[in-house]
Amino acid sequence: MISLKESKRSALVSLWFMFLTFPIMVIKVDAIEKTIIWRWENMFYVGFGSFILSIFGRIFFERQKNRREKQLSEKIQQHNLIQILLREPKYLYPLAAAFFLFALTFPHLFSTYQINVMTTALMYVVLGLGLNIVVGVAGLLDLGYVAFYAVGAYSYALLNFHFGMTFWMVLPLGALLAALFGVLLGFPVLRLRGDYLAIVTLAFGEIIRLVMENWNAFSQGPSGISNIPRPGLLGFDLTLNQAITYLYYLMIVMVLITIFVVNRLQNSRLGRAWIALREDEIACQAMGIDKTKTKLTAFALGATWAGLVGVIFAAKTTFINPASFTFLESAIILAIVVLGGMGSILGVILGAIILILLPEYLRALSDYRMLAFGAIMVSMMVFRPQGLISNVRRHYQYRPQKGEQE
Amino acid sequence: MSTPILQVKNLGMRFGGIKALDDLDLDVNSGEIVALIGPNGAGKTTFFNCVTGIYNPTQGDVVLTPPGTPAIRLNGLKPNQVAEKGMARTFQNIRLFQKMTVLENVMIGRHCRTNSFILGAILRNTATRQEEQETIHKSYKILQKMGLEKHANDLASNLSYGAQRRLEIGRALATEPFLLLLDEPAAGMNPQETQELIKLINLLQREGQSILLIEHDMKLVMELSHRIFVMDYGRRIAMGTPEEIRNNPVVIKAYLGESADA
Amino acid sequence: MLRVFLWSGGMEYFIELFFSGLTRGSIYALIALGYTMVYGIIGLINFAHGEIYMIGAFTSYIIATVLSIYGFPVLAIVVLAGFAAAIWSSAYGFTIEKLAYRPLRHAPRLSPLISAIGMSIFLQNYVLLAQTSDFLAFPELIPDFDFMEPVAHIVGTTDLVIILTTAAAMFGLTLLIKFTRIGKAMRATSQDRTMAMLVGINVDRVISMTFIIGSALAAIGGILIASHIGQINFYIGFIAGIKAFTAAVLGGIGSIPGAVLGGFVLGLTESFATGYVSSDYEDVFAFGLLVLILLFKPSGLLGRADIQKV
Ligand SMILES: Nc1ncnc2c1ncn2[C@@H]1O[C@H](COP(=O)(O)OP(=O)(O)OP(=O)(O)O)[C@@H](O)[C@H]1O
Ligand SMILES: [Mg+2]
Repeated sequence: MISLKESKRSALVSLWFMFLTFPIMVIKVDAIEKTIIWRWENMFYVGFGSFILSIFGRIFFERQKNRREKQLSEKIQQHNLIQILLREPKYLYPLAAAFFLFALTFPHLFSTYQINVMTTALMYVVLGLGLNIVVGVAGLLDLGYVAFYAVGAYSYALLNFHFGMTFWMVLPLGALLAALFGVLLGFPVLRLRGDYLAIVTLAFGEIIRLVMENWNAFSQGPSGISNIPRPGLLGFDLTLNQAITYLYYLMIVMVLITIFVVNRLQNSRLGRAWIALREDEIACQAMGIDKTKTKLTAFALGATWAGLVGVIFAAKTTFINPASFTFLESAIILAIVVLGGMGSILGVILGAIILILLPEYLRALSDYRMLAFGAIMVSMMVFRPQGLISNVRRHYQYRPQKGEQE
Repeated sequence: MSTPILQVKNLGMRFGGIKALDDLDLDVNSGEIVALIGPNGAGKTTFFNCVTGIYNPTQGDVVLTPPGTPAIRLNGLKPNQVAEKGMARTFQNIRLFQKMTVLENVMIGRHCRTNSFILGAILRNTATRQEEQETIHKSYKILQKMGLEKHANDLASNLSYGAQRRLEIGRALATEPFLLLLDEPAAGMNPQETQELIKLINLLQREGQSILLIEHDMKLVMELSHRIFVMDYGRRIAMGTPEEIRNNPVVIKAYLGESADA
Repeated sequence: MLRVFLWSGGMEYFIELFFSGLTRGSIYALIALGYTMVYGIIGLINFAHGEIYMIGAFTSYIIATVLSIYGFPVLAIVVLAGFAAAIWSSAYGFTIEKLAYRPLRHAPRLSPLISAIGMSIFLQNYVLLAQTSDFLAFPELIPDFDFMEPVAHIVGTTDLVIILTTAAAMFGLTLLIKFTRIGKAMRATSQDRTMAMLVGINVDRVISMTFIIGSALAAIGGILIASHIGQINFYIGFIAGIKAFTAAVLGGIGSIPGAVLGGFVLGLTESFATGYVSSDYEDVFAFGLLVLILLFKPSGLLGRADIQKV
């Protein structure tokens, strides 16, 4: 298992981390009161924690190396349990039915607060699936995804405020506007190399937020827009509780539609072109794929979903301001995609549920939420770049056409 | 037999101070196998890149004449437009879509010959389904021709080196080119694989496929090509039948002189 | 144009803005150097670099406060806090590279970038949780010099110190890169990593050194700006990081003189734009500039445009 030499190395690692974190973790000063608090216990935690993690890391890399060698020699593609479960209709259908039943009865079993939390999680599922088209499938790192979310939310808030337009009128309009923004933004920036694209989209996202913050006449500035109506149901007057339940079911429908559409897109001529573009841009172009057009459709389709959820977000919270659309929001959605598995629909759903629900229910964790998001992004990249559930390529069945003998 | 389909005149390409291509002329006739040879760094791959729109040449003309249509000047066109016009290529350093299956790699080649788009993908209407079925069918046929149908659903990265090279050819064929450009198709192959490759290229030629290939394997070049262009330092130094090239003193000095085994 | 500027505030205002632009520019340049050096060598936008600078500022704040509570003389505090910041920032830079980037050296290009973004978020929240989310008043480490008295309303002592320190740091870095062994190894590695490896350069060490030097420069930037602005919090690294990155791209990423030039251009642009146009949109100017450069001249002022080899 772990030899003495290895544990010695881990001990050195832990010493190094105790040194590294010393000023920030151990010392806490108050310059005005002129007091110093020495938190030596933190040093112990850091030392202990890094020792354990370092040993785990070592074991992990050892095992990975062994497995890779084995795989190379036997040339087998490994599938984990989840993938087998999903491949077999015998397991998949009952599982899906059970989930569906649970989702339907959820509002009757849990409190309003829980329903609200679940609705939020579902919104992130859709956002994650939308960003997944852009980042996971097409390989375009969009760090300004939240800008399209803001476009949707502000569309509803402003169109309602000025023209009294209803939720159902703005829902398609917000999606359309976000898609339009996606095209407008995408057109100039999509020819940039991957990492530059990431930074430009980040900058655009921040610019949109800053404009919303400062252009008071248009967006009412940092104080935001309040009293946004919840979605209506055929003119019925809904109580608050009913409205929340209604929104929950709305989101369930949205999630189903999104899964359906995204799944079909991924397994289509267009979806294949996205993946090919992610794998090798030059080869892709040389095979006759129009790079700009293909990227632009991915970008705009991703934006469409952000716009849709943006409208719903405004209707759900009945109040929006620019603070809801910071870079961190984009980063959270990105973390969902990265954790779940780029390009994998089920993975993204799982990622959203873990990252949004876990901190909600484990209150003790919620302070460490963003810390964990950051750590997850790093460790997923290092240890499991394919995500929790890796995307398996579809197997096409060849059927000889009529009149042919094989 | 001798209608020109690709005509390149005075082609020049500079990278900063380096003249990678200098006043190069080359032409390919319909149904022909033409080889482009030259020592390492002569500018052969750069020539392919200039012709297929991956680089924009700094000088000269590239003119393509698809059968039955007027000639088109390719300069300034994007690579995907060149592929649409009917010229497809492979890469010297294999550029497959590693995380896609073998079949999917070929299906990508069908992209520019098919049309379904967002709505088709979502609705999956009859036209889209038919198109998709046809894509699978034609791609599978190509895999059979390449001898790769057993691996149709394997990831491209799991193929052997020689098989990857053949898959690149298959992927290019899927775009239905009338002129196929192969950049060192035999590089890294063992003698047996090379022999199979020669058979494959011969088969394609019999089916009427015009081919322009870059190759260092002289046996393959001499056996397959109708005409050979030789270049060195970005310039064309000779052109002729294999027989003429074999006996050309300039070529022997510049090229064959280096590799005694050829 | 210039006339219009001068009308709205006079010559003195113009000079004041000019020096404040130089001061900002110096800081941007110091941080931009780290971006540019790392990019030049491993082709990665080190998203967490802004956080290194933030950690430098926090470390110097903590150490300076501790020392002043123990009654150390001002000069000793300045020197020791500066050293501490440089040492710990370098240690963070070194560790981050080993943990989050080195295992991804052969991964697809976006993987290390995502890892870097994660690292940046992690470090922000690490400082937030271990220290505070409040703004902390940064001690005025640099006393006002008497000889600056007559011009103090235009150029403060801190500005002067910042500009001079930056100049000294640049000079030192230039010497290091031009004449030392490690400097030569760094240049070789940035031109062709495989070749460098073949001729026996320990590339891992060169990369580590790059992170260490870049981080130390960022730490110096951290102390300087903190004592200039007078307050710090866990979030200062994000904006400063993006601006410094803008400076690096503006100058031509990978180019060291480019980073310095870019820093000054950005600092001056910001200073004049906020001084004459509007201060509401301060950050928008920087972001806008970044977008414009990337769109129209991604190779920057001093970088060269490469054709990707196929
Ligand atoms: N993008 C580029 N930037 C700068 N120089 C380049 C570029 N592409 C090619 N070159 C240079 O052009 C010259 C010709 O290269 P090319 O790859 O075309 O040679 P080649 O004949 O294909 O050689 P080989 O037989 O080794 O494949 C070389 O000196 C190469 O360094
Ligand atoms: Mg070549």
